[in-house]
Amino acid sequence: MPLDETRVHELRRDFAILSQEVNGHPLVYLDSGATAQRPAPVLDAERAFLEQHNAAVHRGAHTLAGLATDDYEQARETVARFVGADADEISWTLNATDAINSVSIALAKANAAGGAEERIRLAAGDEILITEAEHHANLVPWQELAAATGATLRWVEVDDDGCWSLDDMRALITERTRIVAFAHVSNVTGQVAPVAEIVEAAHAGGALVVLDACQSVPHRAVDFHALGVDAAAFSGHKMLGPNGIGVLYLARDLGRALPPARTGGSMITTVTMEHTEYMEAPTRFEAGTQPVPQAVGLAAAVDYLEAIGMDAVEQHERELAERMVAGLSALEGIRVVGPAAGVDRSGLASFIVDGVHAHDVGQVLDVQGIAVRVGHHCAQPLHRRLGVAATTRASAYVHTTEAEVDQMIEAVAGVRAYFGVQS
Amino acid sequence: MSGALDGLYQQLILEHAKRRDGEGLIDDFDAERFDRNPTCGDEIRMRIKVEDGIITGFGWEGDGCSISQASASVLAGIAPGLMRDDLETRIDAFRTLMRSRGTGEGDEELLEDAVAFAGVSKFPMRVKCAMLSWTALEGCLQQIDAGQTDAGQPDAQ
Repeated sequence: MPLDETRVHELRRDFAILSQEVNGHPLVYLDSGATAQRPAPVLDAERAFLEQHNAAVHRGAHTLAGLATDDYEQARETVARFVGADADEISWTLNATDAINSVSIALAKANAAGGAEERIRLAAGDEILITEAEHHANLVPWQELAAATGATLRWVEVDDDGCWSLDDMRALITERTRIVAFAHVSNVTGQVAPVAEIVEAAHAGGALVVLDACQSVPHRAVDFHALGVDAAAFSGHKMLGPNGIGVLYLARDLGRALPPARTGGSMITTVTMEHTEYMEAPTRFEAGTQPVPQAVGLAAAVDYLEAIGMDAVEQHERELAERMVAGLSALEGIRVVGPAAGVDRSGLASFIVDGVHAHDVGQVLDVQGIAVRVGHHCAQPLHRRLGVAATTRASAYVHTTEAEVDQMIEAVAGVRAYFGVQS
Repeated sequence: MSGALDGLYQQLILEHAKRRDGEGLIDDFDAERFDRNPTCGDEIRMRIKVEDGIITGFGWEGDGCSISQASASVLAGIAPGLMRDDLETRIDAFRTLMRSRGTGEGDEELLEDAVAFAGVSKFPMRVKCAMLSWTALEGCLQQIDAGQTDAGQPDAQ
């Protein structure tokens, strides 16, 4: 069923936060790319868990401990199925940043001791390949890993619109490349990466592929097995789910090869004063008390999205993105960055208002109740390349209406006049 | 829309954002400071010269929102010619005004054109924009006290 106007208005009733006024205007929430709002079924699921089944999981023998453990592992099954993975390939993290760090720190540990097995070996002369468009979460950890191992960090440059090309990526994948890490969907430009093609090129040379799926998993159908990536990360709070939970996908082979980044309780089989044996994945990657109610809430978010249908979500957001790009591009002095019209982009548009700083643009929109993101969106190198310190980003989700997009465009149309910038 | 916004963007602020008084780095200086607002990317580089305890040279360059840039421009109209202790008093007065959450009006004797920023204090998200150049100047004064010229940390997060 397509996500038409009637259906969108039905869904909106599940989002209590959207029914309020902000600065005297009905809230227009166009910042789902930063954090998504949570529908009632997600909030209800967390509350029901806490009121009925809450207990420590994977320990204790009482009835509630069993019920809580069942809910917790059922959540893992649900999330795994949603992203085309097996449950033992899914481990919980704090967020996507934490998930990527779990990989980079584990690789640093494995190589610090020497004797890391071939596929995770990293040394001076080896290369880690990323893109200039990455979110800092998929950039800084790789800088750190390069520094820790002596490997070299390389990157695919972006063009004037902030986009990078498959050809350039392929040209940089060499026999020295050991890791290729990139965003499935850019949080700034909305560019969609050709994942399968990159995986093919990377695997041909024996490199691992790490996918930042933060902006793809919430907005389109994603199947990690079909894509063939070795690791992937995404966050609960960007997909209608709770804060404080992220997901790390590790393909089974990699999950067996990687040491745990963090150690301690829950992830062990035998501990002596001299030595410790670890559990199998995913438990070995889950030291300490886990975000159990958040996992339950995240599974409820997956159920909610699946009931809508991810193809319908993607189609809805594509139409809204096209509307944003067409409307904003038609305005004098507004430049939308990212893929050209007609090229696949996710449901967002980042733009530059000639003569007005993004922070001031955001302020003008905010007094009209319109929430957008302004700043560098945790992608300073990309913005440096675009020649600006900051952009304004409008991002849509399942509850976004065409009328809201039009309101945003109309508000942006008044910005340059307010600040006395004329062409 | 303009009603709610005009409390923030006083005409004087919009004018200063365009005028950019004091823009340009001075070559003969005693302290230099680079500060950045990592959340929004506003940045400023400031140099000052102090002779016999009086600010005799002041120049800046920067990039950022109208509030941050206007604030530096206004400061250029205040700082030169002041005794450094007097300047510190004014920095404190400006900080107090910015923290007043809309309740302060500011002492025009001390703050001159900077009282136009009183409305900014009602927008907590923008206070750091207005403060950027003032804290950079404070950093310059502290450097002079410490007897060093330190450009700050350009890439500080």
